[in-house]
Amino acid sequence: MTTSAPGRNGSRPAMFANGFNLGRLLLQGRAFFALIAIIVVFSILSPNYFTIANLLTMSSHVAVYAILSIGMLLVILNGGIDLSVGSTLGISGMVAGFLMQGVHLKLLGISLYPAVWVVVIVSCAVGALIGLVNGVLVARFKVAPFVATLGMLYVVRGLALLMTNGLTYNDLGGKPELGNTGFDWLGFNRILDIPVGVLVMVVVAIVVSVVLNRTAFGRWLYASGGNERAAELSGVPVRRVKIWVYVVSGLCAAIAGLILSSELTSAGPTAGNSYELTAIAAVVIGGAALTGGRGTVRGTLLGAFVIGFLSDGLVIIGVSAYWQTVFTGAVIVLAVLLNAVQYRGRRKAAATGGGPQTPSREGTPAAAGPVPEKTAA
Amino acid sequence: MSSTDSVVLRARDIVKTYGATRALKGVNFDIHRGKVTTLFGENGAGKSTLMKILSGVERPTSGTIELDGEIVEFASTQDAAARGIAIIHQELSLAPNLNVRDNIFMGRELRTRTGIDFAEEERRVRALMQGLEEDIDPLTPVADLRLGQQQIVEIARALSINSRILIMDEPTSALSATEVEVLFRVISDLTSAGVSIVYISHHLEEALQVTDFAVVLRDGSITATANAADIDLEWIVRNMVGSDYDLGEPPTGYAFGDVALSIEHVSVADPENPERFVVDDLSLQVRKGEVVCIYGLMGAGRTELLEAVAGRVPIAGGRIVKDGVDISGLSIAERIDAGLGLVPEDRQRDGLVQTMSVGSNLSLASIGAFVRGLFLSGGRERELVSTMVRSLQVKTASGEAPIGSLSGGNQQKVVIGKILATDPDVILLDEPSRGIDVGAKGEVFRLLAQRAAQGLAVVYSTSEVGECLSIAHRIVVMRRGRIVVEFGSDATKEAIMAASGEAVVA
Repeated sequence: MTTSAPGRNGSRPAMFANGFNLGRLLLQGRAFFALIAIIVVFSILSPNYFTIANLLTMSSHVAVYAILSIGMLLVILNGGIDLSVGSTLGISGMVAGFLMQGVHLKLLGISLYPAVWVVVIVSCAVGALIGLVNGVLVARFKVAPFVATLGMLYVVRGLALLMTNGLTYNDLGGKPELGNTGFDWLGFNRILDIPVGVLVMVVVAIVVSVVLNRTAFGRWLYASGGNERAAELSGVPVRRVKIWVYVVSGLCAAIAGLILSSELTSAGPTAGNSYELTAIAAVVIGGAALTGGRGTVRGTLLGAFVIGFLSDGLVIIGVSAYWQTVFTGAVIVLAVLLNAVQYRGRRKAAATGGGPQTPSREGTPAAAGPVPEKTAA
Repeated sequence: MSSTDSVVLRARDIVKTYGATRALKGVNFDIHRGKVTTLFGENGAGKSTLMKILSGVERPTSGTIELDGEIVEFASTQDAAARGIAIIHQELSLAPNLNVRDNIFMGRELRTRTGIDFAEEERRVRALMQGLEEDIDPLTPVADLRLGQQQIVEIARALSINSRILIMDEPTSALSATEVEVLFRVISDLTSAGVSIVYISHHLEEALQVTDFAVVLRDGSITATANAADIDLEWIVRNMVGSDYDLGEPPTGYAFGDVALSIEHVSVADPENPERFVVDDLSLQVRKGEVVCIYGLMGAGRTELLEAVAGRVPIAGGRIVKDGVDISGLSIAERIDAGLGLVPEDRQRDGLVQTMSVGSNLSLASIGAFVRGLFLSGGRERELVSTMVRSLQVKTASGEAPIGSLSGGNQQKVVIGKILATDPDVILLDEPSRGIDVGAKGEVFRLLAQRAAQGLAVVYSTSEVGECLSIAHRIVVMRRGRIVVEFGSDATKEAIMAASGEAVVA
């Protein structure tokens, strides 16, 4: 009972602070406002930027990154990182290319031309399998995620190169007489004028968002990313959750690989090189914490659009590719800076909310140390 | 009041505000030359804040500090250290990857023209360790030391500064009884050498033993000051709490049910030294409706026992039986499903998910119960959260409030509520009162007593003897991994402390 009065009094300032605060609104919606700013600036600089056709073209570029990023988001929510997604994207296209060229069984003297849906499923399965290897390495053998997935980045890229000795599969269109046409549907076709790749992105985003917000798995993921020990003691199957996020990340990378090779109607073994970094950047710009437990699909999508619309805009107004790299890097650093500001702000808000935690100069108190004393309980 | 001459540091009208909250409301505090002054107070009374101000970690919002009659302002800890004020922090601030010598001289390395004078540093560390009667090699990495030894290193570092005022914020929380004795000898050597000590501890008995002056802080104000010779434990508690200190009584008026939990010859190996057992062939039975308290010093094996029963650490022998079924091989999740859950000792590290809301923390362990088909039923979850918030009297703005916005006591209620939401038959609580104030402590114990009367088997551990003599029907004392003795609720503090191996002061 003694705690009731200070607790209630203490929570009031935080409630008021939430009410009307332009700075905080701008901070929390920063990815959204950044996107608006990008669209406005480039629309002024180029008349071709803000047209339906261009927005759709840019969106289909974004789709590949966005799907990768959503997979990456799950891994980052878990407190991990997946560096192998770029390579997985590459090998997924290569597997598709290999199957589209026909599988020649010399022993039987026949060639099989699998239908496109089979190609899609096999490619996705390969992506999921790579994710499974990552997940088992991290969850079961306790390899640091950075190292495990860095290793897989090399292994998978090497395998992709070995498949053709570094050559590219061209012409994935298939032949009507072989019954394997339609691969380019993913990259070229439009439904209601919207590129299929963009629709796939929307579907992936909705599914993952529902899983995160409306299922036990989603809650488990946020909990085990926020505090794995506490989650485990609460009966959360932390190991299973961990394996699954890498599997889904691999699957997302494979889907992105299929869309990319379909758009290009070719599959090269070096496709997706360094895309993992773009995906991480999109997740970070979207406000997720690399320490795990914080992040949303909406934010990540915005992050992917910020990166995609910025780099396409720079191309349209004719800025050199080297400058594009500089701008993208600057945006990423700025995003991380703002993340730091936001989380510090949240800690302060929490402090005035229910009892000020004496701000620790060393940042977060050592996990193993005694419980820090609160100055007002 | 002592004469001016005997006071080395005088803090006057110190006010410290954080946002809208006043942590210190005009505090006057004196440090006496060559004496030990102990600051008593509940969690959140403002003790640590005051010490941080005196040691230069933080600056007061208003008020003055007079050192030897001269008004001073500390811009930083280095500034305070230069004037001879050192602090041993409550949280350890050692670099685990460095060795003892490098930790002690961190930031103050003894230089030679070509580098660091390691030999001299080592010699001084050996001398310090000798004074503390601790056999720690200066070249041991701190990570290899047990917690108590790390605390000794922290103390040695503060001693190495040769300060005139030494602030000790909970220096003994991880020390064994013998180490505490040694520390007290060191304190008395220091005071006779003219060093002034400010001492803070939750172990009231222990603090009373070492101190010359007692100052009690409550809600950011000083409520009482006295000579240690004139006061007793009751005086301190009365002034700290402001009312009588009551943690409840064992619930009565019903008969215990069947044996709910039976721990049979359980052993747990020491992870650092598999030859040794931290829990050694221990057996204990708890009936439905019974409240059992496990008392023991740090290192007695309480935490390891409870974690083994909950499934966090593997057992090296024996079996754990719940309602006649052997659950030794089950995972933590399966044990929760079977009706057994643990409220861990370290709330921040093991109990809460800091990134989630109060509600999500409350429903985390029972989330499976809200799944309809594939999806969570938000309505049912909200219902559980609001029921729990009400029945546990959690002071929170709403279920959506971030868990970090709650006070320690209310956070603890959330951790307990999370396990209660799984509808357990047996609840284990490892030091449920750690880091929460006396008021919240009483509420937590009352809540557990109430649940026990409804048939819940409650097992809690504690290192504060006062907490044994509250709601427990039975008190078992652990020492070196074994149960050495069992008491009923009529036990005395002296008997319990003697059995645990704690040095009892006459």
